[in-house]
Amino acid sequence: MSDVVEKTLTALPGLFDSQTGAAKITNRLRQLVKSITELTSKHEEENLIKQELCAMKEQVSSPNTSMKQMREIMVRAMYCEMLGYDASFTYIHAIKLAQQGGVLEKRVGYLAVSLFLNEGHELLLLLVNTVLKDLQSTNLIEACMALTVVAQVFPKDMIPAVLPLVEDKLSHPKEIIRRKAVLALYKFYLIAPNQVQHIHGKFRKALSDRDPGVMASSLHIYLQLIRESPDSYKDLTGSFVTILKQVLGGKLPVDFNYHSVPAPWLQIQLLRILSLLGKEDQSTSELMYEVLDESLRRAEMNHNITYAILYECVKAVYTIHPKVELLEKAARCIGNFVLSPKINLKYLGLKALTYVVQHDAKLALQHQMTIIECLDHSDFTIKRETLELLFRITNAQNVTVIVEKMLDFLRGCNDEHTIIHLVGKVSELAEKFAPDNSWFIQTMNCVFSIGGDLLQQDVPNNFLRLLAEGSESKEEDDQLRLYAVESYLTVLKGHTSHLPQCFLQVMSWVLGEYAHLQGSVDRREVIRLLTQLLDQRSVSSETRVWILSALTKIPEGQTDLILDLAERLASSQDTVLRQQAQELQHLSQDSQLHEWVLPRGAPWDAIEVDSSLSFLDGFVSEALAAGAAPYKPPHQRQEELCEDRALNLEPYSFSLPVSLSSCSITDRQSPTLLSVSSGLSGNSTELSQKAGSSTLILEGVKRVWGKDGYLPQKEATAPLVDEPSAAVQPPVQQEAAERTEPRPELSTRNQDKQQLASSLFVGLGVGSSVSLLGKSEAPPPRFRKKPRPHESSSSSGTSEKSSDSSCRSSHNTTDSFLYGSFLEEEPATSKSAFDHTPKSTTANGLSQNKDTKEDKHTNTSQIFGGDMVIVRPSTIQDKHPPSESSDLTALLPADLKDLPHSDVISLTSDPSLSLSSCRLFRDEALLLLIFISNCTETVIKDIAVQLTCEELKTASLRGNIVDCLEARSTSVCHYALLMDDPHTNVSFTGTVSYQTQPGHTNTLPFSGTLSTADFIRPLVLTTEEYGKLWLSLSHDVKQNLKLLTDAGDPLRTTLNALKDALQLHVVDIIGSEGIVACRLLSSAPCLLHCRVSGAALVMWLRSPHPALPDCILYHCQRALAHR
Amino acid sequence: MIKAILIFNNHGKPRMSKFYEHYTEDTEQQIIRETFHLVSKRDENVCNFLEGGLLIGGSENKLIYRHYATLYFVFCVDSSESELGILDLIQVFVETLDKCFENVCELDLIFHLDKVHNILAEMVMGGMVLETNMSEIITQVEAQGKMEKSETFVFQCPRQDR
Repeated sequence: MSDVVEKTLTALPGLFDSQTGAAKITNRLRQLVKSITELTSKHEEENLIKQELCAMKEQVSSPNTSMKQMREIMVRAMYCEMLGYDASFTYIHAIKLAQQGGVLEKRVGYLAVSLFLNEGHELLLLLVNTVLKDLQSTNLIEACMALTVVAQVFPKDMIPAVLPLVEDKLSHPKEIIRRKAVLALYKFYLIAPNQVQHIHGKFRKALSDRDPGVMASSLHIYLQLIRESPDSYKDLTGSFVTILKQVLGGKLPVDFNYHSVPAPWLQIQLLRILSLLGKEDQSTSELMYEVLDESLRRAEMNHNITYAILYECVKAVYTIHPKVELLEKAARCIGNFVLSPKINLKYLGLKALTYVVQHDAKLALQHQMTIIECLDHSDFTIKRETLELLFRITNAQNVTVIVEKMLDFLRGCNDEHTIIHLVGKVSELAEKFAPDNSWFIQTMNCVFSIGGDLLQQDVPNNFLRLLAEGSESKEEDDQLRLYAVESYLTVLKGHTSHLPQCFLQVMSWVLGEYAHLQGSVDRREVIRLLTQLLDQRSVSSETRVWILSALTKIPEGQTDLILDLAERLASSQDTVLRQQAQELQHLSQDSQLHEWVLPRGAPWDAIEVDSSLSFLDGFVSEALAAGAAPYKPPHQRQEELCEDRALNLEPYSFSLPVSLSSCSITDRQSPTLLSVSSGLSGNSTELSQKAGSSTLILEGVKRVWGKDGYLPQKEATAPLVDEPSAAVQPPVQQEAAERTEPRPELSTRNQDKQQLASSLFVGLGVGSSVSLLGKSEAPPPRFRKKPRPHESSSSSGTSEKSSDSSCRSSHNTTDSFLYGSFLEEEPATSKSAFDHTPKSTTANGLSQNKDTKEDKHTNTSQIFGGDMVIVRPSTIQDKHPPSESSDLTALLPADLKDLPHSDVISLTSDPSLSLSSCRLFRDEALLLLIFISNCTETVIKDIAVQLTCEELKTASLRGNIVDCLEARSTSVCHYALLMDDPHTNVSFTGTVSYQTQPGHTNTLPFSGTLSTADFIRPLVLTTEEYGKLWLSLSHDVKQNLKLLTDAGDPLRTTLNALKDALQLHVVDIIGSEGIVACRLLSSAPCLLHCRVSGAALVMWLRSPHPALPDCILYHCQRALAHR
Repeated sequence: MIKAILIFNNHGKPRMSKFYEHYTEDTEQQIIRETFHLVSKRDENVCNFLEGGLLIGGSENKLIYRHYATLYFVFCVDSSESELGILDLIQVFVETLDKCFENVCELDLIFHLDKVHNILAEMVMGGMVLETNMSEIITQVEAQGKMEKSETFVFQCPRQDR
């Protein structure tokens, strides 16, 4: 094949002469290319292209330029753009060309558009009409081009305009059109899934299209859909299996063969779909065993593409519910891959092994010699994949060898991306499996010096946290710290100029914090080494700050050195440094102050922060008395700004009876906030009562904002780690590993490898494979990290902490405290009054059922009386059936009892706690109540709930920290959630940590989903107001919906169904039209205009919020579909 | 999904580039440079797969390439594509180019950039593989080619009169 491209640029002059179709290659392009190839420097090229672009600019703006010339200019513009020069002046002409030209011009125009413009480009709007026209064209080629451009670049908001036309194309007589239409719809699905919800039925039709090409392109869609929710498509398994059987049986036209393999790409696609369907589902898997077996058998031809199929097949076999026979065959296939002399196959073999070792570690043992050869392979990619494989099989026994191999590789590697990736893995392994202190510190030293400043910030943060928090045994921690200090002193005594900043920062922090542990080293020596660093030019100013704060911490006694240093820095250009130097000077002179500011050896959690900043009270009240404006936190200022903006943009929104925005503001304010803005008292007085009473509440404040304090983490310490020596298990398994692969006569080189093998694959034997490589991949780590409920925020917590002496005026902390103070913070109410009686299964079963019924009954009656008309049947199918805990509704606080609410659903449970949730629909927020029930006979202490959801805002919470929960009692935690941007469904996750015995913390994760429907409230207004509002709203969406025709008046029935499902307010129904209104909590309204047209309901939605109509439409569709 | 298709020569000069995801112009150029840098330093006897560089999206993405005489054909794909499948897709692409241009060479790509794009559009649409059957692709391209010929004819006639 390589002879295909045999002519080269050296043949250029000859080729020009031989070019006969002079009309094809236009003179200008030829000249341009020719002159570019003659150039020698980039600079010359730039000049030339600049000239060319100028000439083109003139040409396009001249009225005499013909369409044909324009076409040629476009090709030239494409060429220039490809080389990286800006030809944006041609964009508009590309669109014109597509609009006005003949077929040929259109093609170039469309092509240029799809190359030049991206989905968000504003000029695309000008193309919409052209596309519409061409989609309706009878000319096949025009229609094809339009479909292509629609699938390449099309603005999201314009999809509704072309959707019906593309839909029609699904039944076009030509299969090429159908095929392109299917792909265009898939693209729409990717961009805006809600808008193609209604045509899933048509996808099914495409799947059974008589043309295999159309069927093949519909597989793209199904692969995506099944990946998102495999459960909804289990019924199609049979069809996919049949299709694959037919393909294998050669039932497709010969056209589809590639190197006499029938439709290989189709097979690959089908195998992927099947593996997704069969994952963790025995009955579905059973349907496909036969066809997978057939696939494995058929793929015998020695061609690349058959291996591609085989690889997918093997992966499928290992993904679905296992069947021994198939697994054996697949394992053999993997063997063939790994042993293949073809390098591509070897790579795939390694990839397959990496995938498979999770299920079957022994397979790696079988191929250990090959793996070791691959480790020394000349190909970078192969090495990389091998290391990935080794990473997967690492355990406490082989960790040193594997990490050594990884570090070796890293030292010879200069690809940034690979370094970042691998270094992260090394540090993960080191934390998990480190056999002893010295090894751990040495390895981390390598990590820091190799990874350097490429490292992601969480690697040093985690490391420092580990040192700072330590385990439970102080002695062991101190040993580790001591070792770190010693090792860093050695490093600093050597050459330091090449060390990365991040490593220097880590070292200086550790030295500042723990140098005092090392008794034998002279303090002066430490100070001298650190000062030396300060003098180095390569050290960045951030690192200098770290070093200085380390120097501040090293205790007094060496005043002369310190003073000397401070004096030198006092004239520094850097203000931060200068300030630190000042502090340093003062602290070193006043040992009492020093002791007070930086208490030596004080545990982290004992540091008290006056979150209320009460020491500023005097200052604040003086300022207020002098007429200063009261402080407003940033978010309030922001809100007020938005307020102003909303006023400008939406002149009509205030004509509503419910003044939307203004009520939202007042409702969101908490009492504290009000008092601040009204009264003259400093904002901290009120707080100091609360904050002062106990530290617990202070934690609560922090938790809300995801900045983890130390206290909860400290409590969450996992049980004591093993003794280091215990981590290294007796080498029995090592022998076992050797026994599995007995190799007699070996050359010395082979012996080396054998040795390496036994050290690499130790612990992969039968006995340990289960615990180490079973699906639950959490072997007990050597250095346990504290459970981190919120990964990112907690790591920032560390960095904050570790640098908090360096940046004492850390805005973060201050902000978060101030922020926190505006939350409703009430001590948790632990209600032992509502004791659960232990449930004996049979006898109480009945009575409980009755309870539930009664409960539901009262619910409905309650709600029918209220303004809101329904208890919403939960629109999301909750995975957990309503549990026996519906009597929990009785626990609803009195002030909330009258609110409409959902059923109580159980979230999760473990032997000691069970969690359930209930949604309460308050006007301005969704209240999520989490019931925490103690199922044991003992008291559970220090319960802390942490809930995270990126899409939602927590307006307030209370009861998330419970000091102690009596046996068999339940406590309630309230979250008031706000949704600012509509999302169709949002999921939240969270953890509950608690202590059953002192010092023994458990965590219980939970998760759940909320739907936009939970955040929609009826908007009550009159028809006139509706009319006014309608005109003022900008974003609209139009769509046909199903009409419910089972009862008398279809429109009324449908609207009532929607009202029930979504809490809409039906404003008016006139003839065949109905108007409906709702809003998203107390903010953006959404108006719906419904008209009956034949058997469909034409729904037109308008809202000031661009995404809201889409969401509501989605839920309307669902609500109607589930009737 | 296919993220980008790049063709450049042994010196790193781009000959065709098609991105199915939006990048800024500068990033696109950087991606081309970075890809060339990664691909060109690899020997002939190593495998055809590479992990993507930083720009093109890290370990999620793969570069799959083939080297023909003076040209590199590089497909950047995400994890949902089969490596070997794409490798053969490149082969189909090149064979199709060969048929359409009758013994294709680097110059054909330079002078017929639009045609190359049109051929590609019949194979890959919006990042999804549309057609892998060579004869079908050629049929589609030729259907468009016919149109072109008839038009050239119309245009050339008056010119000959002149």
